[in-house]
Amino acid sequence: MLVFTRLKALAILAVALVGCLLALPNALPASVLHALPSWAQRTMVLGLDLQGGSYILLEVDVPAVRKERLEALRDDVRRVLREARVGYTGLGIQGDSVQVRIREGENYAEAVRKLGELSEPIGGMFGGSSQRTIDLREGADGLIQLVMTQAGLNERVKHAVDQSIEIVRRRIDQLGTTEPAIQRQGASRILVQVPGLQDPTRLKQLIGTTAKLSFRLVDMSMSPEIAESGRAPPDSEVLQSAERGAGPVLVERRVMVAGEDLVDAQPGFDSRTREPVVNFRFNTNGARRFAAVTQENVGRPFAIVLDNQVISAPVIREPILGGSGQISGRFTVQQANDLAILLRAGALPAPLTVVEERTIGPSLGQDSVRAGTYASIIGSIFVIVFMLVIYGLFGLFANLAMIVNILMLLGILSALEATLTLPGIAGILLTVGMAVDSNVLIYERVRDEVRNGRSAITALDHGFREALATIIDANMTTLIAGFVLFLVGTGAVRGFAVTLSLGIVTTVFTAFVFTRLIIASWVRWARPARLPI
Amino acid sequence: MRLLRLVPANTKLPFMAWRRLSFPLSAVLSIASLLLFLTVGMNFGIDFVGGTMIEVQSKSGPANVGEMRSKLGSLDLGDVQIQQFGPPTDVLIRVQTQPGGDAAQQAVVDKVKAALGDSVEYRRVEVVGPQVSKELVQGGTIGVVFAIFGIILYLWFRFEWQFAIGAMVSTMHDIVLTIGFFAVTQIEFNSTSIAAILTILGYSVNDTVVIYDRIREMLRKYKRISTEELLDIAMNSTLSRTIYTGSTTLLAMIALYAFGGEVIRSFTAAIIFGVVIGTYSSAFIAAPFLIYLGVRTQGQGKDADTAETAAPAKA
Repeated sequence: MLVFTRLKALAILAVALVGCLLALPNALPASVLHALPSWAQRTMVLGLDLQGGSYILLEVDVPAVRKERLEALRDDVRRVLREARVGYTGLGIQGDSVQVRIREGENYAEAVRKLGELSEPIGGMFGGSSQRTIDLREGADGLIQLVMTQAGLNERVKHAVDQSIEIVRRRIDQLGTTEPAIQRQGASRILVQVPGLQDPTRLKQLIGTTAKLSFRLVDMSMSPEIAESGRAPPDSEVLQSAERGAGPVLVERRVMVAGEDLVDAQPGFDSRTREPVVNFRFNTNGARRFAAVTQENVGRPFAIVLDNQVISAPVIREPILGGSGQISGRFTVQQANDLAILLRAGALPAPLTVVEERTIGPSLGQDSVRAGTYASIIGSIFVIVFMLVIYGLFGLFANLAMIVNILMLLGILSALEATLTLPGIAGILLTVGMAVDSNVLIYERVRDEVRNGRSAITALDHGFREALATIIDANMTTLIAGFVLFLVGTGAVRGFAVTLSLGIVTTVFTAFVFTRLIIASWVRWARPARLPI
Repeated sequence: MRLLRLVPANTKLPFMAWRRLSFPLSAVLSIASLLLFLTVGMNFGIDFVGGTMIEVQSKSGPANVGEMRSKLGSLDLGDVQIQQFGPPTDVLIRVQTQPGGDAAQQAVVDKVKAALGDSVEYRRVEVVGPQVSKELVQGGTIGVVFAIFGIILYLWFRFEWQFAIGAMVSTMHDIVLTIGFFAVTQIEFNSTSIAAILTILGYSVNDTVVIYDRIREMLRKYKRISTEELLDIAMNSTLSRTIYTGSTTLLAMIALYAFGGEVIRSFTAAIIFGVVIGTYSSAFIAAPFLIYLGVRTQGQGKDADTAETAAPAKA
């Protein structure tokens, strides 16, 4: 066990050296680091708990997705039946379905066939299967029910999440922060991690706003107060005003131009009032419709509605033909800026709610880094001194192995560009404490053998050989715990699991392979008759 | 150089005899832990019950907890806990889950910020909605169960089934006692604590496996001595390793406890407790438990268990 070929020895040293070198970039000052080629720049990334920042978990509002889908389905049914010139009655949403009654019996088969076309099978992964987004059920007396299936809803939610991720990304990119991470989590959630953000409230507002914009005419047929008491015309609704001091407004439900037709939105200042405003531009389609509406309604107020709130309701003074306009609403500069960001990035397909938020201030992060480093150094010194006192020269070997072990662990973490968290630092320190375990196991075996009167070399040989199975068994169990921790853990806990598990791997290497090489070299050089252990 | 020996070379401690003390003791402690868990309960953090946690640092001198309490008390947020956290400038505020879904939890932060204003720095803000907290509890429980299952499976393949059972019993013992530790100290129990429990689990089984390994080796070597005696020999021959490794791990964790900062302290406290209890359970629960499981029944010589000879000299 103590014989190493030269090649093997070199290979072991090379592995250890490379491992340690990988850790080096972390210690370099930024200026030196940036001068290196990019493959050599890999360092550990500080987690949000160490550098400060926000972790926000968003959930797509599934009931809202369902409601929207059902409403769209209802409109589709209306359109299909109208186009087919089929008389119907009682079109409405009932729970998870849209139902309609066909007036004349002879049209019934035709209606079922036409409406059946709305029920498309789900493509992609389920391709060709019998899964459908909508089930069509026929009832008595000309009743037809279109039931949204669970698969259909899931498909919609997945789509909404995908779209939301894209839009959230576009919005956050506008903030100009460093390296935000946005990813899907589970079926209906989005995880947003923004390092080093100072103002999480603004971030939450920015990603929590649906930003559904529409231009609609104001209904002047009655005052909003009367309409509010429940006598609003069926085609109009009362919306609250976002402007300070402005009362509710009665607006038509019909959307003249929607936010999807916007191609650009920029914050600016009104040339006369010097107030912050948002300038926008429509695409051709939007411009055409906007021109038509404004031409027909000069003198009437029209409302700019964002998420069911009236931002402003200016009177149309003259037709707006150029396809661009201005939204003013007594904004602050930041409000105008954020509104422009929201409009540019587009509307979310469904509202997002914040279900979990963790924000760490940068000063706390710094304190944690300092305390963690300090504790690691002190802890390592404790262990080093202890091992020297107990095992002397062999303790020195173990300490050398332990230091190489830690450097290799840091090196692998850097190469993986793993995220270092506070529990991760704890994992490293725990590795320091347990790294020597394998050495202790070996040395205690050696002591036993020496006591039994074996020669130095045989004692070492037996010690290593017999400790191996134990070392593997003992570490495998911890590795299993670490692996499970990685699977079930989130955020910082995962960081702990990664360091703990990698620590075990490097420990087995350094304790068993690296230490053995050192001791073998020492034996060859010193040729001890007795072991100083 | 004279080396320090914390453990004398040839100890002959009657570990197995001590089971008459350790078994009742552990039984009492386990039952007490479960009772405490059921009556007093653990101080669940917002990870598991939902709610809001805000850590603030006073910008001018020590924080005035009384003043904060009166300011936040008038906000009508239900149960608000305010406590000193680490240095006298730092205060931890915990607000229970608000009725009215996720948006209501978010509003808490704004209300607290409005009440406390700019006199403090907001060092940490965590808001966990009711749904997420439920999932975190589930995830944590599943994790611990899976870890135990995985370890048992590994031991079952590598050793005989008796060892797997013994390790499971001692592991359960450690987890139950750790739960008792959380109930007694009222240290906040959060998802990091689940990590602590899994770490304790890993360490404890690690310790147990080292002893089991030696027991298995002894079983192969000595066929003519009683199980009890054999276990004692195995325990004594691994005692020095147990003590040394436990010491280095404890030293590292104590350093983390003392110097690692407030955020990590409860995590470290649990691990320190776990290292001690894990070491104890390996020696006094896991090993003696094998006596009752009959580890010698298979593949042993006919004369196994019959001759009560003295421990044979090592070959």
